[in-house]
Amino acid sequence: MKKLVIAAAFAAFAAGAASAETVRMGTEGAYPPYNFINDNGEVDGFERELGDRLCEIAELDCTWVTNDWDSIIPNLVSGNYDTIIAGMSITDERDQVIDFTQEYFPPDPSVYVALAGAGDDVMNGVVAAQTATIQASYVASSGATVVEYATFDDTIAAVRSGEADAVLADRAALADVVAESGGELVFVGDDIAIGGGVGIGVRESDTELKARLNAAIDQMKADGSLSALIAKWFDGKVVNY
Amino acid sequence: MEMCADPSTLEGFNWWICYLTTGKQQMFYASFGTVLALLALTAPVVLVLGFAGAMARRSRFLPLNWLGAIYTNAVRGIPDIIFFLFVPIAMDQGIEYLRHKIKCPDVTEPIRQGNDFVVCAAAKMPLGTSPQWVHEVYGFTLALVAFAIVFGAFAANTLYGAMKAVPRAQLETAEAYGMTPRQVFWRIEVPQMWVYALPGLSNLWMILIKATPLLFLLGVEDIVYWAKELGGAKTSRFDYPHPDWRVYYFGVLLIFYLLMTWGSEKVFTRISRRLSHGQATLGGAADAQVTA
Amino acid sequence: MSMTCIETIQSYGLRSLGIGERLLPKTDITLCDQFVLIGSGLIWNIYFAVFALAVGFWIATLVALGKASPNPLLSAPAKAFIFVFRGSPLFIQFFLAYEIFVLIPKVGIDINLGFTTITAETRWLTKAWLGATIVLILNTSAYTGEIFYGALRSVPKGDMEAADAFGMSGFRKFRRIIWPSMLRLAWPSYTNEAIFMFHATALVFFSGFPAWRQSGDALYYASYFADKTFNPFVSYPIIAAYFVLCTLAIITLFGWANRRLNRHIPVAEKAKFRFKPQFIR
Repeated sequence: MKKLVIAAAFAAFAAGAASAETVRMGTEGAYPPYNFINDNGEVDGFERELGDRLCEIAELDCTWVTNDWDSIIPNLVSGNYDTIIAGMSITDERDQVIDFTQEYFPPDPSVYVALAGAGDDVMNGVVAAQTATIQASYVASSGATVVEYATFDDTIAAVRSGEADAVLADRAALADVVAESGGELVFVGDDIAIGGGVGIGVRESDTELKARLNAAIDQMKADGSLSALIAKWFDGKVVNY
Repeated sequence: MEMCADPSTLEGFNWWICYLTTGKQQMFYASFGTVLALLALTAPVVLVLGFAGAMARRSRFLPLNWLGAIYTNAVRGIPDIIFFLFVPIAMDQGIEYLRHKIKCPDVTEPIRQGNDFVVCAAAKMPLGTSPQWVHEVYGFTLALVAFAIVFGAFAANTLYGAMKAVPRAQLETAEAYGMTPRQVFWRIEVPQMWVYALPGLSNLWMILIKATPLLFLLGVEDIVYWAKELGGAKTSRFDYPHPDWRVYYFGVLLIFYLLMTWGSEKVFTRISRRLSHGQATLGGAADAQVTA
Repeated sequence: MSMTCIETIQSYGLRSLGIGERLLPKTDITLCDQFVLIGSGLIWNIYFAVFALAVGFWIATLVALGKASPNPLLSAPAKAFIFVFRGSPLFIQFFLAYEIFVLIPKVGIDINLGFTTITAETRWLTKAWLGATIVLILNTSAYTGEIFYGALRSVPKGDMEAADAFGMSGFRKFRRIIWPSMLRLAWPSYTNEAIFMFHATALVFFSGFPAWRQSGDALYYASYFADKTFNPFVSYPIIAAYFVLCTLAIITLFGWANRRLNRHIPVAEKAKFRFKPQFIR
């Protein structure tokens, strides 16, 4: 899958019957509602449903793989899978290394969450963030002390235990946690716009795959199915695509 | 199970029955098999590599001798975790590089394009069209090789020492019987050395058991991966919401490892008693007195 | 934007301690950057190893004496301690210890708000400098305790008889005769333990303990660079070289101590150090 053109040529040699190419979709599986592992041990969530639909439209045969967040880009680059579909915001820094399709989810603001009654000062205290996220570099360059954790779960646990004063993450992911904490956790301060929209990451050399996914996203945006999918997974969030 | 169809209505004992039998939970149980499989498959490879390493160090052919010495000493001077992080990536890229050179000689584009490591589709390992299980087996194999390289060096050292520990008199007797050096090595030295190698090898086995949680770092979905995944707090988006239970899951892992090392120790004590039967060692002599 | 290597050392030489440039290099990463930052992280590895070995040494002596004691009230806990810490992976010990340390304030120790210092101390347990050091101390105490116990059992009878002949008894006999003999016999194995304890410090930030202000050990920066440059062939060999150098330093240092411990022994009987993985974790 490094080069679709070559792949297609070889596929013609090999089987002939295989009409669709296999694309390996890489995700993290630990960032609900974007993606998570459900109780059957399968990848589930907004991106699973979206990805399957996109593959159907683009006539690709897709399989799902999970990978730790902090090595998710290196493993795409070295070809362990062919796409990153893991709630990854499009940023300049990442764009230098890999390519992104157009966004399939609008820029989601980041927001701080802290224990109830902690006050607004927490933003300048010890802030937890997931390693290698846009939030981690945001906190590192703000005045606060950043503590990096490998998973989203760990960042929440750190706030609960009082190890960190607050956590900075995407609002959509935090909304679930805050809603279910029974008042233990609250949003603090205003939304912060950090990254761009969320797109599918592909290798820079995979221009053909990128084009096909872009076309599929176009189609889902045009027929309104993408907006419907977002509303379904993000508590009725309204997006105008 | 039928009663598990609607988890939100479950309570108490039934909730636990259903929770402990979800597909995800079963993958956790199965991953214990992954760890055992790694142990079972690595051990023989380690022995073979260790034997080769020991032979290299005994070799009178200098480059081979140096190779053996560099291999065993380098591995022991560097933390195993660094090998585990480095070897799989290096091997993967190395294999694909070679396959690319062989299978696609006409492709003129460079393999390293900026940050991308680009080889032709036919050179991919495994092929992009392969089913998921092939990818998993491949990843597992890379992990196995990384383990074998590290522990092979330790085994080489143990076996090298054991070969040297075989009493000189035994070898001289064999020579006096007119055996060639080759025959002496294979018929006398190798069979005799195991008794001397056993303490070191049993120790190595213990180390191997205790190194298996590092599989997690190699991207294999082992018991540590599932313990983290299952133990993490679950919101009601999941069928079985619960708070952070990782401490209990890791407690289970701790007990598993304690049982493994405890059981292994018992087995090795038995083997050692067997092996030292009739040997010209202290253990063997004591044994002979008891049975006589 | 590009810095000379001297400037890099000034900005990042003590970065692992939180001194110097706040942001880590992200683009245009040079070889010098990698050498300096990974070397800076090595400070942590040395810190962990030195503290764990220095404290663990004394606890191990007590553990060995406990295990050798005829009193089951002393030997049973010593045996259980050794069994748990030698029988399970350090990786799991770090995970579990961190989870437990995180739980401690929640269990309610900080209810006594009068003692503010104690509350602060339990918080420190979740940080690597204290929490991970404690785990490493307990771990090395168990391994070293077993080594010392073995050595204790093989202290020559003649040594003991000589002590009795001099009329020594109790602590004096232990301090002057048993303990030095035990150390002398245990030293080659203990050297191996020290090497592998040093190697084990690379696990700290990889299992459980989070990095604060991006201050971590050598492996933390090595994997940071491997992730940023997508090239494992530079940063991992660099950290490997650092570890080999430190291993050689340990062998030299412990070899020197070994010569001191053995200076009264005839040459033929001296215990030689053999590089063996006898008590790796």
